[in-house]
Amino acid sequence: MLNPKLFAPKEDIPRGLYTALGLACFLTILLIWSLLTYTGLVAPMFLPRPDQALKAGLSLLQGGSLTTDTALSVFRVSAGFFLAAALGVPLGILMGTLKVFEGLFEPVIGFIRYLPASAFIPLFILWLGLGEIEKIAVIFFGTFFQLTLMVMDATKNTPMELIEVSYTLGASRRDVFFKVILPYALPGIVDTLRITFGWAWTYLVVAEIVGATSGLGFMIMQSSRFLRPERIIVGILVIGLLGMITDALFKLIYRLSFPWLGKEGR
Amino acid sequence: MAKLEIDGVTKSFNTARAGRVEALSTVSFTVGEGEFITLLGPSGCGKSTLLRIIAGLEEPSSGEVRLDGRPITGPGPERGMVFQSYTLFPWLTVRQNIEFGLELKGLPRSERRAVADRYLNLIGLSAFENALPKNLSGGMKQRVAIARALANDPEVLLMDEPFGALDAQTRAVMQEVLLGAWEESRKTILFVTHDVEEAIFLADRVLVMTARPGKIKAVIEVRLPRPRPFSLKTAPEFLRLKEEALALIREETLKAVQMG
Repeated sequence: MLNPKLFAPKEDIPRGLYTALGLACFLTILLIWSLLTYTGLVAPMFLPRPDQALKAGLSLLQGGSLTTDTALSVFRVSAGFFLAAALGVPLGILMGTLKVFEGLFEPVIGFIRYLPASAFIPLFILWLGLGEIEKIAVIFFGTFFQLTLMVMDATKNTPMELIEVSYTLGASRRDVFFKVILPYALPGIVDTLRITFGWAWTYLVVAEIVGATSGLGFMIMQSSRFLRPERIIVGILVIGLLGMITDALFKLIYRLSFPWLGKEGR
Repeated sequence: MAKLEIDGVTKSFNTARAGRVEALSTVSFTVGEGEFITLLGPSGCGKSTLLRIIAGLEEPSSGEVRLDGRPITGPGPERGMVFQSYTLFPWLTVRQNIEFGLELKGLPRSERRAVADRYLNLIGLSAFENALPKNLSGGMKQRVAIARALANDPEVLLMDEPFGALDAQTRAVMQEVLLGAWEESRKTILFVTHDVEEAIFLADRVLVMTARPGKIKAVIEVRLPRPRPFSLKTAPEFLRLKEEALALIREETLKAVQMG
C-alpha cells in the first residue's frame, strides 16, 4: 500500500496527502498536550489544559483586551517591518547591482546584523523613551540588516548571460537595471519579505516584554507575573496564527504575481 | 571592404592557480558581408573568448576588432549574440522576448508585431507566441533566441555553440532551421562550434583553431551548393571536407588533452 516513491528525494507527493500530513502534525501536538494535562501528569499551573486555554481566550476576547493588544502588536510589527522594507529593499537592490555599494555597505551591515537587537533595548529606551517609536525601532533593528543582505543576494542571482544578451540587444545600463535585473530579482525579494516578516514577530515580543504597557508580548509577560499560564498559551497561539496568515498571504501574492516561474523556482 | 576585421587580437588573463594564461595568441582574419563563418576548435581553445571579444563583452589584451572599419569598444545591437545557455527572459512570452530589442529601439507597437510575426513564422513557433519559456523545450528556446537576435536586425550575428546543449537529432534540425533563416536574411554570421559536421554543413568558410593558446590553424573553403539539404552530409565532397577537418582538429585535441 505504501508507495515507495513517497521517500524518494525531492519527489512530488499527492497534494491531499501533503495537507493531511501537516494537519496530522498539529493534531498530534494537541493530542500530546491533552495527554500530559488531562491525565494530571503535568500540573495546570505549569501547563494548562486545552479547554482552560480556550476559555481564557474567549474571556479575553469578550473583555476586548485581546483585540486591542493584537491590534497594537500588528501595528508595531507592520510599522517596524515596512520601515525596514522601505529602506532595505532599495538599498539591497542597489548593493546587489553595483559592486561599489556592496563594497561600501556590506561589511558594516554584516557586522551590525550579528548584534543582538534585544541588547539594544536599554539604549533605545534611553534614546527614544518607552513609547511606540522605541518598539518600532527594535523591530526595525531586528529585521532591517538581514533583509537588506537577503535582498542583495536575490538581486545578485540575476544570471550574467541574461545581462550580457540584453547588451547585445541594445540595452543601456538603465535598461538592464529596470528591464532585466529588477524583474528577475522580484520573486526573490518578495520571498525575502515573507521570511523577514516572520522574524519581525519574534522581535515584537522582545520589544513588548521590556517596558511596554500593552500588546501581546506585554499580555504574555503580565500573565506570567500573575501565574495565568493559560493566557500565555493564548498569546503564543494568537501570534502563531497571525504569522501563519501573513505567510499564506505572501505565498499567495508570490504565486499570483510570478506565473512565469518554473517548477524548480525559475 | 571587409564587414568585420579581427586584427591581431590576443587575450591573456591571470588565474590563481596557473598564473598568467594565454587564451588567444595573435588572431587575425576578415569576414565579408553576408558570409557564414564557423570557428571550429577543441574545447578550451579560446573560440568563445574570441566571440565575446567581437561582441564587446570582453576586451582584447591587444589588437582590435573593427566592424565596417570602426573599432569595437563595447557591446551593441549591431552585433547580436546567441549563447549556448538558455538566455530567454523567463517572465516574457515568446513574442515579448522576440520584441525585446525592438522595444528598446522604440519601434511602434504595430511595427514590432509585424517583425515578430515574421520571425515567429520563420522559426515555426507562431502557435507558441504567448507561451512562457518554462513551457518550451531546449530546441524551441534556442529557436526563439535566434529569432530574437535576428528580429533586432544586427549587422553581424554571433553564435556561441547555440546548439551545444541539444541532442543530436534536434541539433540537426536546428542547423536546417538556421540555414533557412540565414538564406532569407543573408546576415553575416560567425558561429562557434566544436562539432566538425556542424561547422562544415553551415559555413562558407571554416576557420580551424589550434589548442590553447588559440590561433587560426587552417581555413577550409566549403564550396558546397546552397540551399543545403540534410542529405548533403553523406555526399562524397562533404565527407572529404569532413575528413580533412577531422584530421586537423584531432591534432589539436590531442595537444589539448596532453596539456590537461
